[in-house]
Amino acid sequence: MIECRNIVKTYQNGDVETRVLKGISFKINDGEFVAIMGPSGSGKSTLMHIIGCLDSPTDGTYLLDSKDISKLSDDELADIRMQKIGFVFQAFNLLPRATVLRNVTLPLMYAGTAKEEREEQAREALRGAAFPEEFWNHSSNQLSGGMMQRVAIARALVNNPALVLADEPTGNLDTKTGEIVLDTFQRLHKEQGRTIVLITHEPYVAEHAERVISIRDGNIIEDSKVSRRRLINGKI
Amino acid sequence: MQIQDLFQETYTALSANKVRSGLTILGIVIGIGSVIAMVSIGQGASGQIQSSIEGLGSNLLTVMPGFAQQGRGFVSQGRGSATTLVSDDTEALEDIEGIAYVSPEFQRRYQITAQTGNNTNSTVIGAVPDYANVRNVAAANGSFITEAHVRSMGRVAVLGPTVAADLFGEADSVGKTIRINRINFKVIGVLQQKGSAGFFNPDDTIFVPLTTMQKILAGSDALSSIAISVATKDQMPQVQEAATIALAAEHHVDLENADFSIVSQADILGTLTQVTDTFTIFLAAVAGISLIVGGIGIMNMMLTTVTERTREIGLRKAIGAKSRHISRQFLAEAIMLTFLGGVVGVVLGWVISTLVSSFAGIATSVSMSSVLLAFGVSAAIGIIFGYYPARRAASLNPIEALRYE
Repeated sequence: MIECRNIVKTYQNGDVETRVLKGISFKINDGEFVAIMGPSGSGKSTLMHIIGCLDSPTDGTYLLDSKDISKLSDDELADIRMQKIGFVFQAFNLLPRATVLRNVTLPLMYAGTAKEEREEQAREALRGAAFPEEFWNHSSNQLSGGMMQRVAIARALVNNPALVLADEPTGNLDTKTGEIVLDTFQRLHKEQGRTIVLITHEPYVAEHAERVISIRDGNIIEDSKVSRRRLINGKI
Repeated sequence: MQIQDLFQETYTALSANKVRSGLTILGIVIGIGSVIAMVSIGQGASGQIQSSIEGLGSNLLTVMPGFAQQGRGFVSQGRGSATTLVSDDTEALEDIEGIAYVSPEFQRRYQITAQTGNNTNSTVIGAVPDYANVRNVAAANGSFITEAHVRSMGRVAVLGPTVAADLFGEADSVGKTIRINRINFKVIGVLQQKGSAGFFNPDDTIFVPLTTMQKILAGSDALSSIAISVATKDQMPQVQEAATIALAAEHHVDLENADFSIVSQADILGTLTQVTDTFTIFLAAVAGISLIVGGIGIMNMMLTTVTERTREIGLRKAIGAKSRHISRQFLAEAIMLTFLGGVVGVVLGWVISTLVSSFAGIATSVSMSSVLLAFGVSAAIGIIFGYYPARRAASLNPIEALRYE
């Protein structure tokens, strides 16, 4: 469970102080699929960094699984990211020359999982991300964008995180492959009960989630259930 | 993160850009290779000098006339003309425990002529039969001076191979007659080739019985030196001390004002070793400069790599890598580069020193210590020059690193 209480983030740039987040509060329960939507400059990326434990808030409290992480050291934050968070980035960020399997096992290497166990978990994650088995030993730079993003999703899932955090996951993809990726998220949410937070600037993408938190200029302007949810496979 | 993960990561990273890694390694290869080659040449030279000094006779003490001055080492005041050593001194030495042989010697330069008309100016040494044992010489042809020759003041001579060649060329010289200082001597033997040992060339000498030298040629009872061969190496200090005391008593002088001095082989060797060591250090220092240049190459490559892989570092941090994981990885890459360079460099250095000794005729020896030194230095270079880039990689902010274009 995620709880943000009055999160404030300011950046100091010389004499100029920029308030990017101006007191944001919300709760996301386990198993929710939430989109955080806002135009560029709204502070959604900063919010994602805080939710993803890449950054600490200037003021306010951020509770992840009831644990206050706003005052932790860099190494402690790294541990939290390793155990509880899976990232999916717009630019995929795969290791280009490494195989698909190796890319997926990468977080487990830092987690200190035994070698045999890593492969096992990676296979499971790849199956979960619906990644076709014949490409498992391909180099990741031989894959198409949609395939790469599914490798990235598998990598995010491999450590069995409490939260999957996707930052504009369809930003580099065309509509059709983007839908495949969104479908993957919807399935993971439905079938595995994953908590997914999707950051996007497109209302169309946000409507694939159950709930949308809209932010603008560092404030939440709307937090509501999606009334007409877009379902790729239409089965929900 | 396990060790084999670190190896795999390092291997992947270095093989991703083979040409660049190869060129960087080459810098270290040249550095380590030249250190190994230079040190091996230096050590080879000192080994050669050592063996030729030892070839002059094993466990050798040399008693010389003249005064030793404290703090200034041995100053030979008119060595050769000093006549403080006499034949009787030999007897005083013979009873000392640990002495194997005593060889009194008297040497002077004379003009020598042969019936062929050839003549040469060479060192003539008056010697006793034990000379052969003390100085490790042996006759290749004929025989060395015998006790009978010494007793009877025989006018016989044994030639060094160089002198024999100068006087008689290729022809067999045994049985021929030569004239030393216009006195006829019969050649009874020619020595084996021994090779020059620094300032003294035993091949370019003529040996006559000591008594003949003193009474007939020089007309003096003096000795130019007494060589003492000690039974074992361990006994050398005691024998040196005992000999000093015995001779001082014989000469009725106290030890501070002794009119002779005893130099051990170790003293001579020590001085020469000091010279060759300085030489070796000089060569190694020159080679060390190229090693430092190679290390800078490593640092340059690692800094480029860190910049290039900024996004990868950001990703690794996002998925849970701690700063120490990142710095360890880049440090491992730098050390791997220098280690590979070190291995190839040792082989290269060994090949160079082998080529030098076979083509230039300079003795070389690649010692285990220089190989270990080279490895230690290359690992140290990897750590020193890899540390800064690794720190830089580890201190990257993950958010900024992920955004880096």
